[in-house]
Amino acid sequence: MADIDIKDIVKKENIVYKKTSVLTDNVMHYCPGCGHSTTHRIIAEVIEEMGIQDKTIGIAPVGCSVFMYDYIDVDTQEAAHGRAPALATAIKRLLPDRFVFTYQGDGDLAAIGTAETIHACNRGENITMIFINNGIYGMTGGQMAPTSLEGMHTSTTPYGRDPGLMGHPIKMTELVAQLPGTYYVTRQAVHTPNLVRKTKKAIRKAFEYQKLNKGVSFVEVVSNCNSGWKMPPVQAVKWLDENMLPFYPLGDIKVPEK
Amino acid sequence: MEEDFVLMKGNEALAEAAIRAGADGYFGYPITPQSEVMEYLTAAKPWERTGMVVLQAESEVSAINMLYGGAGAGKRVMTSSSSPGISLMQEGISYIAGAELPVVVANVVRGGPGLGTIQPSQSDYFQATKGGGHGDYHLLVLAPSSVQEMADFMPLAFDLAFKYRNPVMILSDGAIGQMMEKVKFQPQRPRMKDEELPGWATTGKTPDRERNIITSLDLDPYRQERFNRKLIEKYQKMKEEEVRFETFQCEDAEYLFVAYGTSSRICQKSVQLAREKGIKAGLFRPITLFPFPEKQVGALADQVKGMLSVEMSAGQMVEDVRLATNGKVPVEHYGRMGGVIPTPDEIVEVLIQKFIGG
Ligand SMILES: Cc1ncc(C[n+]2csc(CCOP(=O)(O)OP(=O)(O)O)c2C)c(N)n1
Ligand code: SF4
Ligand SMILES: [Mg+2]
Repeated sequence: MADIDIKDIVKKENIVYKKTSVLTDNVMHYCPGCGHSTTHRIIAEVIEEMGIQDKTIGIAPVGCSVFMYDYIDVDTQEAAHGRAPALATAIKRLLPDRFVFTYQGDGDLAAIGTAETIHACNRGENITMIFINNGIYGMTGGQMAPTSLEGMHTSTTPYGRDPGLMGHPIKMTELVAQLPGTYYVTRQAVHTPNLVRKTKKAIRKAFEYQKLNKGVSFVEVVSNCNSGWKMPPVQAVKWLDENMLPFYPLGDIKVPEK
Repeated sequence: MEEDFVLMKGNEALAEAAIRAGADGYFGYPITPQSEVMEYLTAAKPWERTGMVVLQAESEVSAINMLYGGAGAGKRVMTSSSSPGISLMQEGISYIAGAELPVVVANVVRGGPGLGTIQPSQSDYFQATKGGGHGDYHLLVLAPSSVQEMADFMPLAFDLAFKYRNPVMILSDGAIGQMMEKVKFQPQRPRMKDEELPGWATTGKTPDRERNIITSLDLDPYRQERFNRKLIEKYQKMKEEEVRFETFQCEDAEYLFVAYGTSSRICQKSVQLAREKGIKAGLFRPITLFPFPEKQVGALADQVKGMLSVEMSAGQMVEDVRLATNGKVPVEHYGRMGGVIPTPDEIVEVLIQKFIGG
């Protein structure tokens, strides 16, 4: 063993993975295994690969990803809870040659910010919207989200979500796909390597389409919230597969007409 | 070419002045009595004249957050609304103050509370001058009293907003918004070019600088407190540099009306009527409501026998007059509410009744 020098191993030709330069070196505050961190990395990689760091403006929500600006190395605005699409609308209209994206949780995008979401999509704002659906309010400690599944136990539905009392889980992505202002609408996930690759392709498209000026590109990422769901990561991923995906099936919902 | 006077509503003058101030964007939601602002803008097509963006938002909540986004990108952005709409904007205004963004918000006040009335009122003084939303902050508040000032305060408001990186409110009311007067506009100012945008704005991180972050969040209590202190210093600087006011026949006054906006116009007439009755009355008109001209009002306390704060409200500015005079002189309030506008005569009667007797 003694004759192996670490310097002989750490060499350019041996590199198999490198963190994108658009991610900062800050240690992420996300719980281990949380889909937010994976999705951040994908966005940062897409920005690097497209060479648009100097033209990109991100909008962070209120939710666990409120500190997105600590990790993705682009100019970023932190919005009030639910209002990211309103910020993005103004930024894009005032700086039309920039790439503008919002990043929002389900409480942010599908509850308190429903009006902003629907109307930005309906106006066909030329922006990219990333929607992290983990079926729960992660940041505030695991309360019911508009997307929480029927029967799901959360801190405000301790006996399970009863649609008769608390309403049905909302499929926001199908809803915005109905609007003429959305150009590309898709639902993805990031809990397996294969899905990560697919999500990256989707997010890449969602940024590329901004060049066409054709309206909103909307990418839902069905994600896990281990802390909110009160499950270790492996169990959470299994639960996601068995419960979230049957209700929120993956795939494109609206694709540009050829 | 020297431009002529034109006859216009206050709301329209505000809108035209915004275009000429080189505004980059207007975002609003209709509400009486200020809907003419957006109606004027959409008819004037400033996007063809200067490239200014005009957008009708889905709500005042959205409109104020569009301002946050636009101002965060370094642009000159504004909105206008009336009382209920301004209430709806308060969370956003607080974020804007917390993120230190320069925006202009015009409130063409109507009576409240609630849906209240569409008639003019001055009942949003507290909300405008004491913060309005959550957290320790202030707006810089300008109170026009004529259509001309609706126009003149627009470029001033943008300049002050950028000087202090702070939201500026133009606090008008339904009477000034709706009435027609002659007005002369300042010449067209150019919009800011991309390279003139402030260095802190989110315009895209170029390799020569760190990323810019627009946020009002800081979870470290000591850093947050330091930020709160920074805001206090900013407000202190406003108190030193930005106090604006007007006096009318104060030199020999024994009794003083203190009034702003529409009320101050009426009080000018009351001064005249009182003097005809042999009462030496004067008028002090604060133009900046925050910072309030406390030193100037305080100095007059040594000269006069009484001050009457005349407001179309249940008594809001009177608290600032009392603070400024600190018990040195009796201060009374007279107000009409619900959209009722006081007459010059009734104000004189109240002055006599409260201070002189007979
Ligand atoms: C006006 C307002 N209401 C409530 C909150 C409290 N709050 C912060 S985050 C959050 C929910 C976030 O959930 P979600 O959007 O799903 O994001 P996640 O943390 O799950 O990623 C709530 C209710 C707030 N910050 N502002
Ligand atoms: S609480 Fe949930 S959403 Fe938030 S970081 Fe942890 S796992 Fe992720
Ligand atoms: Mg969530």
